[in-house]
Amino acid sequence: MTENLNVFAVRTLTQKEYFAPGHRACQGCAEALAIRLVCKALGRNIIIASATGCMEVVSTPIPFTAWRVPWFHVAFENAAAVASGIESALKVLMRKGRIPYKKIVTLAMAGDGGTADIGLQALSGALERNDDFIYICTDNEAYMNTGIQRSSSTPFGASTTTSPAGKVKMGQITWKKNMPAIAAAHNIPYVATACPSYPVDLIQKVKKAAEIKGAAYIHILSVCPTGWRSAPELSIKLGRLAVETGIFPLYEVERGQYRLNIDFPNLKPIKEYMKLQGRFRHLTDEMIEEIEKRVHKEYEQLREKAKKGV
Amino acid sequence: MGKRVGMEVSIAAAEAVKQANVDVISAYPITPQTHVVEHLSELVANGELDAEFFCVESEHSALSVCLGSSATGARSFTCTSSQGLALMSEITYIASALRLPIVMIIANRTLSAPINIWNDHSDVMSIRDCGWVQFFAENGQDVYDHVFIAYRLGEDRNVLLPVIINMDGFTLSHVIEPIELIDQEKIDQFLPPYKPVLSLHPDRPVTMGGIALPGIFTETKKAQEVAIRSSMPKILETWKAFGEMTGRYYHPIETYKAEDAETLLVTMGSFGETASAAVDKMREEGRSVGLMKIRLWRPFPFDAFKTASLNAKQLVVIDRAISVGACGPVASELKAALYEGHQRPSIYNFIAGLGGRDVAPSDFVKMVDKAEIEIEEGNKEGFEIYGVRE
Amino acid sequence: MTKPELEWTWKELPIGTTMLEPGNSDQYRTGDWKTLKPVLNKELCIHCGLCYIFCPDMSYNLSEAGYFIVDLFYCKGCGICAKECPTGAITMVLEEEEK
Repeated sequence: MTENLNVFAVRTLTQKEYFAPGHRACQGCAEALAIRLVCKALGRNIIIASATGCMEVVSTPIPFTAWRVPWFHVAFENAAAVASGIESALKVLMRKGRIPYKKIVTLAMAGDGGTADIGLQALSGALERNDDFIYICTDNEAYMNTGIQRSSSTPFGASTTTSPAGKVKMGQITWKKNMPAIAAAHNIPYVATACPSYPVDLIQKVKKAAEIKGAAYIHILSVCPTGWRSAPELSIKLGRLAVETGIFPLYEVERGQYRLNIDFPNLKPIKEYMKLQGRFRHLTDEMIEEIEKRVHKEYEQLREKAKKGV
Repeated sequence: MGKRVGMEVSIAAAEAVKQANVDVISAYPITPQTHVVEHLSELVANGELDAEFFCVESEHSALSVCLGSSATGARSFTCTSSQGLALMSEITYIASALRLPIVMIIANRTLSAPINIWNDHSDVMSIRDCGWVQFFAENGQDVYDHVFIAYRLGEDRNVLLPVIINMDGFTLSHVIEPIELIDQEKIDQFLPPYKPVLSLHPDRPVTMGGIALPGIFTETKKAQEVAIRSSMPKILETWKAFGEMTGRYYHPIETYKAEDAETLLVTMGSFGETASAAVDKMREEGRSVGLMKIRLWRPFPFDAFKTASLNAKQLVVIDRAISVGACGPVASELKAALYEGHQRPSIYNFIAGLGGRDVAPSDFVKMVDKAEIEIEEGNKEGFEIYGVRE
Repeated sequence: MTKPELEWTWKELPIGTTMLEPGNSDQYRTGDWKTLKPVLNKELCIHCGLCYIFCPDMSYNLSEAGYFIVDLFYCKGCGICAKECPTGAITMVLEEEEK
């Protein structure tokens, strides 16, 4: 089922920015854009618990902060645990009458490293407890902040500084960890994937997550021109291509029911996506074909799940 | 006067947390802390304590949850030992730098390897520099009392520091002792609800935990250093107020039969009570021996220590942890404290009680005997592990 | 105006290095970073707002006339707006050219 995303709906979105300009993200950083859109979706009544990462570093160089909402950074691997703490404190303080009742959404924000690798334990604990918060994973597919090292979210074949393409090895040799599936396996009420190239879709998903009682997990693909070795102006186009080639399908899992937000009858060839990025430059046509086979296979599996879900 | 009950010290600690009206408790089980959190979860399940009780998936998350809840303005509590403390140690430094008044009871247990679930101080010694106010409890009453003292001190607007209460694992945590419970009205007066100076709330958005570049980092550490040093007068004030309420007065250094003593035993934690029995025996024999008990470990009470050790010729320092490759941590601290002084007593350092090995009053007597001989013979090393089978 | 980093004394730091001025990063001129800047051809602009929504640096503001105007104080010159504009109304030019 194809959904017509009305780009003109952009004008109906709020003009308020809760993530201020002047942050130190790279030119063309789609992760900064993702954060901006998440904040736009939710408004001012939120508290954010952030993990260490690109966004934490670029947004809060003391004494400057880009956050117009309450924001808390503790360490790398515990964004979910800190968010659980914030959420429970709000609950108990409102219950005991120490602060007035108000709907405040608690968010945890972390990158792919702080989610799929070092942060997996805290995330799993928080999802198992079904704490009432939204977990946003901004996935730029490597440990970008420390210098583009590979994470378990780095796609197969990508060249990073710790999985470089060399004479003997060809980059990342494992397949990207399927974090949305891991989140869905915890039986939480809402899991979704999103991309800032589809801003209205992202905003709608975040708003939906805020209404849900219980844990919600949103996995946002964040194009990183610095790490992916792509031109900064292509960040939106690359995000779109990731979706159109089936590499990063946009879907939701609501109470176990899968729904594909955009289904393309014919997926674009992944070469179109890969040729714009320096991190895939070393891949041969055979390798790309192998990767494409698997991408298509997984896409089909997703379609099947979605069919059963409707 | 409150009710005097015989209860297991862990249970007393949990009762104190209940009476302190804690808002958020998060803990992960590890022997020998388990009874504290088990009892707390019972209290919450029965509605006797209105708090959010978190069963987290690791100690690291346990303290992280407390940081999140404390930053939002809730009174938070956690409890751990040994490996759990080692796992959350990264976060302990963050908690004190961010000035969040969390209270943690550590049921002191040794650090692996080899794994051993019994009592010594190596776990808390590994986080000496974490920036928390650190107390050592000598008996069950201390543990119970210090929960209230810790919250009142930590939440004081001029302090705002997290506090550790060290309770010897098994040696204290699992024994039944007489505890005088304090009436709830008195506690409510002594410890009003937590009013944070800054907290996370959309009505006043703040950013906590930003990145400090080299140009500003030193200033942030200076601010933290001043905070912990200037907590000393507040600690004394809080102890005084507590004494006025209950008649039990606590001090950073407490002495027993030490006024004219030539030799002073120095202990920390539950060793104190055992050592005082040894001191009684030695005094009966006419020996000039006294006891100095360190109750406040951080910020270290340099002045109180120097005053207490003024007349002693030798100090026999019993450490319940070893800084492998150096000596005992308490002994190192005391040597540093005495370095500048003109009159310096000799210090002989014993490491005893590692991994829960029992140290009886007779052992203290033997240690004093040995120390006196060694000092007389001019033993420069001044350090040994007591009771090792050669 | 927030003092620059190197002028803060330890006494002035808020408790726990908390930052009390929300969004004060907007005092920092990231516009210095760019080599290219976006130039709008108003005749081609259809007021869709894509340049505004896709800017990672929140550099576009809605003007009274309905156009989205770039704030060069923040614009880093990434070129996303020019690339995504459906009518090609935005072009990236070297900054010196205007002089």
